[in-house]
Amino acid sequence: MAVKKWTAAQVARKVMDHEELFILDVRNTDAFEDWKIDGHQFEYLNIPYFELLDGVEEILPKLPIDKEVLVVCAKEGSSVMVAEMLSEAGREVAYLEGGMKSWSSYLEPVKVTDLENGGELYQFVRLGKGCLSYMVISEGEAAIIDAVRFTDVFTNFAKEKGVEIKYIFDTHLHADHISGGRMIADATGGTYYLPPKDAQEVVFDYTALTDGLNVKIGASQLDVNALYSPGHTIGSTSFIIDNQFLVTGDILFIDSIGRPDLAGLAEDWVGDLRETLYSRYRDIKEDLVVLPAHFMMIDELNEDGTVAKRLGDLFKDNHGLNIEDEAEFRRTVTENLPPQPNAYEQIRQVNMGKITPDNDEQTEMEIGPNRCAIR
Amino acid sequence: MKIKKTLDAKGLACPMPIVKTKRAIDEINTGEVLEVLVTDKGAENDIPAWAKSGGHTVIEQKTEEDVLYFYIQKV
Repeated sequence: MAVKKWTAAQVARKVMDHEELFILDVRNTDAFEDWKIDGHQFEYLNIPYFELLDGVEEILPKLPIDKEVLVVCAKEGSSVMVAEMLSEAGREVAYLEGGMKSWSSYLEPVKVTDLENGGELYQFVRLGKGCLSYMVISEGEAAIIDAVRFTDVFTNFAKEKGVEIKYIFDTHLHADHISGGRMIADATGGTYYLPPKDAQEVVFDYTALTDGLNVKIGASQLDVNALYSPGHTIGSTSFIIDNQFLVTGDILFIDSIGRPDLAGLAEDWVGDLRETLYSRYRDIKEDLVVLPAHFMMIDELNEDGTVAKRLGDLFKDNHGLNIEDEAEFRRTVTENLPPQPNAYEQIRQVNMGKITPDNDEQTEMEIGPNRCAIR
Repeated sequence: MKIKKTLDAKGLACPMPIVKTKRAIDEINTGEVLEVLVTDKGAENDIPAWAKSGGHTVIEQKTEEDVLYFYIQKV
């Protein structure tokens, strides 16, 4: 049997289309339990590759023959070895090209909606890391929000669509992933905006993203409005797009809320987080559709693969928006927090321009789940 | 600590460091110590996990100038 090679894009389709897949993950158990490829209909078996060096006979009964089997490891090497052993034992299996590294890097563009006058709104879903970026397009121009570091994906997409990237925004200084905003601005001549309160230590030039800032995209003058909404960081800023969508950054997610501690100032920022979620956001239209910068679980994806939900529904269903008692809220978001994202302090330094690691080092820093939320 | 054998697995990518470590440990006797030099970062967690699953003891583990050193006592 020949061993097949799958790309991360092929696996992403399986996730988006709710298809079945059996994943044999041959990384060590700690790595698997920390972070794996999530799918709606996926089954898993985790056996570290180093327990299979003497042969795969013992695991054969555990592998289905009526389902596709994908062998996954950190970088690829071990999954190729195990896949070849399984193939020699007569099983038809595939391995994931580039392993979890390539899974962490893959972005799937999903159209959220068509806007008036030929405008379009796209969400770029980074399935392996739970990051969400956005591109708003209108008549030859585009704006990007919270771009991840794979800048080619955005610039190529803009090229395909025949649009010029004019505005590049980061809702805040990210701590869980490396921003591509500045590089896209350098490559395209667009303007890079960052909230000044998050940018006090940055070592490059940027344009201030302040409350009430309004840009209009394309001839149809598609509206993008900034709304200061601190709490995850002191500078965190949301966007209202075309009076229909609320891009929340890391303040509000579908099934969770932002954490205030990644810059080391949980106690100082918890009051801001409360005010944003329980006052500022309550003053805006409930019919706006929330588009966050992250998802934590595959269950947060809609049928069409987007991550989006009406603000009014979140007021009803999101636990973090329903903690009436302020002291209890304070405890929830400052105590018993989940572990912090991998290398979050270094990632902040990269996003400030203070250090410039090479591509491999950046990949290493971004390994693992995003962990920006509190449920 | 008396080192019976040294395995230089620098520059090798996963899974080769562990494949070679396993072969090398098969060539020494119980209680003897194998020194392994690796540069693949994945080995940092994988070698101790492999040793544990086989019952071997990692007596010492250190990093010097991007090289990982492991001292494994055979069970």
